[in-house]
Amino acid sequence: MEGTKPFFAKPDHQKSLGFPGELIENWHDTAIGKMGDLLGKYRSFQVYLDSCVKCGACTDKCHYYLGTKDPKNMPVGRQDLLRSVYRRYFTFAGKYFPKLVGARDLTREVLDDWYSYFHQCSQCRRCSVFCPYGIDTAEISMAAREILDSVGIGQKYCNEIIGKCYTIGNNLGLPEPALRDTLEDLEEEIFEERGVRVRLPLDEEGADVLLITPSADFFAEPHVDGLMGYAMVFHEAGIKWTLSSYASEAANFSMFIGSYENMKKQAERIRKAALDLGVKRIMHGECGHAWRVAYSFWNTLAGVGHGADPNDKYAQELQQRLDPNFPVPQHICEFTWDLIQRNQLNLDKSANDDKVLTFHDSCNVARASRMGDTPGGQFEIPRKIIQAVCNNYVDMPRDTIKESTFCCGGGGGLLTDDLMEVRVKGAQPRMEALNRVVEDHGVTNMAAICAICKSQFAKVLPYYKMPMDMIVSVHQLVRDALVLTGQTNGEAEADPDEAQAEES
Amino acid sequence: MAFEVDGKTIETDEEGYLVDLSQWTEEIANKLAEGENLEMTSDRWEIVNFLREYYQEYQIAPAVRVLTKAVGKKLGKDKGTSKYLYELFPYGPAKQACKIAGLPKPTGCV
Repeated sequence: MEGTKPFFAKPDHQKSLGFPGELIENWHDTAIGKMGDLLGKYRSFQVYLDSCVKCGACTDKCHYYLGTKDPKNMPVGRQDLLRSVYRRYFTFAGKYFPKLVGARDLTREVLDDWYSYFHQCSQCRRCSVFCPYGIDTAEISMAAREILDSVGIGQKYCNEIIGKCYTIGNNLGLPEPALRDTLEDLEEEIFEERGVRVRLPLDEEGADVLLITPSADFFAEPHVDGLMGYAMVFHEAGIKWTLSSYASEAANFSMFIGSYENMKKQAERIRKAALDLGVKRIMHGECGHAWRVAYSFWNTLAGVGHGADPNDKYAQELQQRLDPNFPVPQHICEFTWDLIQRNQLNLDKSANDDKVLTFHDSCNVARASRMGDTPGGQFEIPRKIIQAVCNNYVDMPRDTIKESTFCCGGGGGLLTDDLMEVRVKGAQPRMEALNRVVEDHGVTNMAAICAICKSQFAKVLPYYKMPMDMIVSVHQLVRDALVLTGQTNGEAEADPDEAQAEES
Repeated sequence: MAFEVDGKTIETDEEGYLVDLSQWTEEIANKLAEGENLEMTSDRWEIVNFLREYYQEYQIAPAVRVLTKAVGKKLGKDKGTSKYLYELFPYGPAKQACKIAGLPKPTGCV
């Protein structure tokens, strides 16, 4: 959308991430230098800029284009904003015959256009599925944001949040005492409802599992219902687990801004927490892009999985520590599905009989990672879990799910109030698909495994005349169907001492 | 952005949140609510006051679940729901009520 711009990061947000506080004087040369630097570092980036043949396959695949009808939101249009400058400075034809090859100088107007349109891309990678060359607009968009940051133009939403992660430990800015208090409150709530002491432990050394989850799980709805679900599953499995106040965030927004250095720094916080707490496994809550970072990048960033730098003492130490008998890292859905398959959970599906469910595949899980040990596990496992805890399930139309899923409209650092119009318009394709199954199959709820998706839908559903609480967490459904060992119908019937004794 | 209350200039950021949280007064809250097209009824004051108390202790606004439970305990179960809070603060209790209470905006995936 013409003129759409998110708020600029303040100088102190910028500086805490190692970027200039405001637009620098020699921004032109610095930007071109940075582009050259990225072209050298990421071969894929250059291939994507070189290989587009303008076939048009991507044009109607972006949800922001479908919602705004702005040609610059066609994936090829978005790529060309950067490609045209690349051609001018880095290709023979563009240097000498710029007009013939659509090459143009980097001007202030171009820079402004970059800022606007690379913040109307949620880096969801749907277009890359349909591109015959597999050109990944997300990577181009990340590079553009990295160039913008390097000349002092950052986005407030992402950069302020990354700074909070460094100083407080999570995106929200939730300090340890508030986190502790919130967790105790949730324990009390479960006890009141079920009469069982289910714990949500914080900073407990010697636990087997460190759970990393988006801080929205502590704060927002329906996220928090999912968090209670994880806790109840751990409880039933008899696993010692813990959260960390130092790394109380799974999200890694540095991926959105394409900053490898910051992404590494954020990932290392989780490594430090894992080493300090002495855990053997690291597990992921319901967070889409964080799962991509963990699954695809943690090995070189922090030494989780294979491929740690032999000279990186902490990465080596972590590789020694983590138990190779389990997926490293592991997704909470993989964990829960394994328990369900082994009949370790007592599930009463009828608890969810008031609902007809559908599942929204979150883009970073669907198109940038996997779950389980078979191709497509990231599509099947969440669906199998939902069908194990609910009697009524229907998929949305095939061209809007799995690898073709539509973004919620708020991913990639766009989940901010100053981009509300873009978010509402970008949600349109998903809302239309949802509406189809509402009308045809009486779907009442849509489940997701990403904090951004959940918050985005809670906000935009009402714009499409659907109730905000239609969006639910997958582990919220698990929670509601899970019958805890020794469960009663409420506090009145329970003996707290006995419940505690059972637990120990 | 800025506005005047009792001859004092009150600065807000681009989203309308107070820059200097210590400047907050009830008069300013009324003014901020006006900007949100909300009238500060006693029901809204109850929430705003609770948010401020919680913030003083924990340096952050309470989680939605913490808020609904606290409201339920204090004002009766029928009010301890997010539906009730959204009726009072249609743009969301976390963000809109925080703004009026003079607290920083909750950030992240919320």
